[in-house]
Amino acid sequence: MRTHFQSLTDVIVALATPPGVSALAVIRVSGTDAIAIVQQIWKGKALTEMAGNQFVFGRLVDENGIIDEVVAAIYRAPKSFTGDEMVELTTHGNMYVVERAMQALIKVGGRAAEAGEFTKRAFLNGKMDLSQAEAVADIIHADSAAAHQTAMNQLRGGISKELKVLRQELLDFAGLLELELDFSEEDVEFANRDRLTHLMRQILAVILQLAGTFKAGNAIKNGIAVVIAGKPNAGKSTLLNALLQEERAIVSEIAGTTRDVIEDELLIEGIRFRFIDTAGLRATTDTIEAIGVARSKEQMGKADVILYLFDASITTPEELAEEVGEWEELGKPIVLIANKYDLGTAGNYPEGTQFISAKNKEGIEPLKQLLLQKTIDQSVAADGVMITNIRHHEALQASGIALQKALQHIETQIGTELIAEEIREALYQLGLITGEVNNEELLGTIFSRFCIGK
Amino acid sequence: MFPEYDVIVIGAGHAGCEAASAAAKLGSRTLLITMNMNTIAQMSCNPAMGGVAKGQIVREIDALGGLSGIVTDKTMIQFRMLNRSKGAAMWSPRAQSDRMRFAEEWRMQLEAIPNLDFWQEMATGIIVKDGRVCGVRTGMGMEIMGKSVVLTNGTFLNGVIHIGEKQFGGGRAAERASTGITEQLIELGFEAGRMKTGTPPRIDGRSLNYSRMEEQAGDEIPGKFSYSDTTTPLLKQRSCYITYTNQAVHEVLKEGFEKSPMFTGRIQGLGPRYCPSVEDKINRFADKDRHQIFVEPEGWDTVEIYVNGFSTSLPEDIQYKAIRLIPGFENAKMFRPGYAIEYDYFPPTQLKNTLETNLIENLYFAGQINGTTGYEEAGCQGLMAGINAHLKVREENPFILSRSEAYIGVLIDDLITKGTDEPYRMFTSRAEYRILLRQDNADIRLTEKGHQLGLATDTALARTKEKENDTAAIYSQFKQIKFSPEEVNGTLEAMGSAAIKEKATLYNLLKRPQVELDKLLSLKPDFQKAISGYHKEALEQAEIMVRYEDYIVKEQQLAERMMSIDNVNINPTFDYHKITALSKESREKLFKTKPSTLGEASRISGVTPSDISILMVYMSK
Repeated sequence: MRTHFQSLTDVIVALATPPGVSALAVIRVSGTDAIAIVQQIWKGKALTEMAGNQFVFGRLVDENGIIDEVVAAIYRAPKSFTGDEMVELTTHGNMYVVERAMQALIKVGGRAAEAGEFTKRAFLNGKMDLSQAEAVADIIHADSAAAHQTAMNQLRGGISKELKVLRQELLDFAGLLELELDFSEEDVEFANRDRLTHLMRQILAVILQLAGTFKAGNAIKNGIAVVIAGKPNAGKSTLLNALLQEERAIVSEIAGTTRDVIEDELLIEGIRFRFIDTAGLRATTDTIEAIGVARSKEQMGKADVILYLFDASITTPEELAEEVGEWEELGKPIVLIANKYDLGTAGNYPEGTQFISAKNKEGIEPLKQLLLQKTIDQSVAADGVMITNIRHHEALQASGIALQKALQHIETQIGTELIAEEIREALYQLGLITGEVNNEELLGTIFSRFCIGK
Repeated sequence: MFPEYDVIVIGAGHAGCEAASAAAKLGSRTLLITMNMNTIAQMSCNPAMGGVAKGQIVREIDALGGLSGIVTDKTMIQFRMLNRSKGAAMWSPRAQSDRMRFAEEWRMQLEAIPNLDFWQEMATGIIVKDGRVCGVRTGMGMEIMGKSVVLTNGTFLNGVIHIGEKQFGGGRAAERASTGITEQLIELGFEAGRMKTGTPPRIDGRSLNYSRMEEQAGDEIPGKFSYSDTTTPLLKQRSCYITYTNQAVHEVLKEGFEKSPMFTGRIQGLGPRYCPSVEDKINRFADKDRHQIFVEPEGWDTVEIYVNGFSTSLPEDIQYKAIRLIPGFENAKMFRPGYAIEYDYFPPTQLKNTLETNLIENLYFAGQINGTTGYEEAGCQGLMAGINAHLKVREENPFILSRSEAYIGVLIDDLITKGTDEPYRMFTSRAEYRILLRQDNADIRLTEKGHQLGLATDTALARTKEKENDTAAIYSQFKQIKFSPEEVNGTLEAMGSAAIKEKATLYNLLKRPQVELDKLLSLKPDFQKAISGYHKEALEQAEIMVRYEDYIVKEQQLAERMMSIDNVNINPTFDYHKITALSKESREKLFKTKPSTLGEASRISGVTPSDISILMVYMSK
């Protein structure tokens, strides 16, 4: 079985600044081919032709388009923190940008750094005093212990239990395949290809589902859906325009003017928010508007966050509670927004209510920050989680690819040894998440279940 | 009476013979000590060489310049390539041997080596001075001086044979056990353990009714083990036969359970799970109503039969009663009963990757003493120990094979990093670079290394180079030769492969699993003709390269990656205890196992990737 260790020649990628929201984040990329790897997702002046200690502005791109506008600092070996060729990418300080950028880097050949790996390289490249060996060793130990803890916490969910069960089943099948290869002379049963196919499809589905639970990853792909809800004429379109800073929706004084679901995107510090303005809610006889209302209810279900807007000058706290009740049933995070607060308020609203004046564009900036905070809090629970996620994500993807190849091999009836090869790869990759599989474990599954040997 | 030897080998089994011949051929003044000159290279268990993963090892031994392959070729009575239905990476040669001729051929081979001496006596101890071995002590009290010693004692160290409730000292049926060495080594600080193995009864072939069994003939076109032209494939072969146990057999065997040394606890040593005794099979797999029995002739002319699959240590009368209930065995006469044997071994984590012991310099262990089982496993360790003992005496660099270079590398690495609780046998699943380690390319992998050592001949090297060059030539032809749709579509269709719309190279078509090479070649008679001028194995080699290409490339990349830590040496005196960042368990395991490289350290069970990172930091100092 393959053993897992940190190769010194890999290009490693990690966030150098603390995770969470901040003004800026720095992604470090280190390794012999670091600059060439960043170049592959770079739009701007060619990094590979730059000398060391230079800064350049440009864009990071992936297959979905621009990730962020960033500043790249180029360091040439040995004059860098690690002593390797290095790039530091300064992005906007939010986790979605960071993770999307990191995933893009991994896709083109980088690898998520493991605990203490940058420090280790710096030390090995002579960037630290030899007397610091002990301190460096302690850092690696502490970091990996912390990373392990985080991983364990993340794996407590039901889905990972399921993954463990399926991994065990896959291990059993791997044992059967090895049995075919090593004991073909014996009077033993062979791995049923239909059952194996079924099992691998099952595991693939779980892997996809697991990969999908990395919310940050999803958000990057789809953006965060924000629904602006509220009674007619509460000022929803005005708020949307204030957020988008353009006259996008139709704004009028007549209640119920907005007849369609308006969707537009806003980048708040690099995160894509999809704002959905909805037809004002009220009982209506106007058929066009009725359709609009039905559609907006449908939209609500898809929302990640609901901004509930009300006219503070005329809505009492009791009325508000009644109105909002309908939305709370959806189980989505709701932000209460008291619009037109400049015209006076009709009582004390619940804690956390945001006061704005959409028309005067007052309170918009704090609202954006709150939105950012709210979304990120949901998906990034604690320090370090993002990094671990990316590593898990990497392993899941690799095992998914291996399983897909194994399925192909079964279909084209290619030799058992290649199916076994892919399954061993899948097990190895899953092992990086669920704990390593060793040879003895594999052989054990054979000898405990089959009477073999002459 | 004796000169001072460079290498003294104790034991003349498969490990001892390879060790002695390698050291002597390399130019070391070598002495082979055996308790009985008439039992050199005995096949103590079944009369067969090779098999899955083991056959690959024999070919590796041959490529390096060892003798097991040649001896097997010269004395086999049947050849089969196992796993033919799988891809070429899994093909595994297996030979049924003539037991007596096998031993005779080995002795002849050894006698032909000029600077190899023999001495018949029991070695009872080693002579150690300042932590270094310098000779051997014998039962008669003689002291024979030697700069290095290779111990290949097999099952003889304090061997105890069990048959039912009877037990007696012995290293093999009717042979004495060897005493003294274990006790001395324990006193020197070695850790020792007990292992168990077993063997089936031998039967008089004249008493069997083969019409009630299935015949298992050899391959129609038999192959062989040695890459050299000094041996030739068999022209005629003997068949084996297959029969099965049944419920009645099992019932009789169960009668003997209360007298079984296995179940009564008299046998303490752990036996191999993959080579269970028949009583173990029916006990552990009670739901299985029959077990396969291979009826193997012991040679060309002898009537003796080896009952493969019926290893047992039940009382001899039970054995006799049960075996006669097997179809074809109704009138069976027994030559001798099966038995179990317990023997001492030394957990191999006490060894370096050269098979030299950590504790005593210039002392080497090879074969069953290291907890392995099998002639092939023993032979290759003997070869490596013999080579390294010679190199050490000459003060030359050691000879190590990596896990990506040979099954031999996998075996030794597994032994020294993980140790083993049960007799260790090679399986292909133990190799992470299985697609690279094939029986068809052991020469390409290893002959040059063997030649550099001075073990493989010039002829062998030239032959290997020719095969490599011709393979490369054919491979590049594969990429150039093109087929037009009109030319090839009929053939493709007949093979169940999709038609092509544009011209395609032979290389691209060969990547399709259903496509057979010879059918494509028959469309290109000129090329087919040209190929006949190349090395006979080159075409097959080129085809394998194309078919497995993606996997070969991937495994080579993984192997290279691994090399980056396999090449980092660890000083044997390195103090793990001072590194508090390592877990206590890791510290102790590393201290005990004393890995020679960071790669070895990474494979010790319980040592984590972060431990390796921490070690990297210290290794750079």
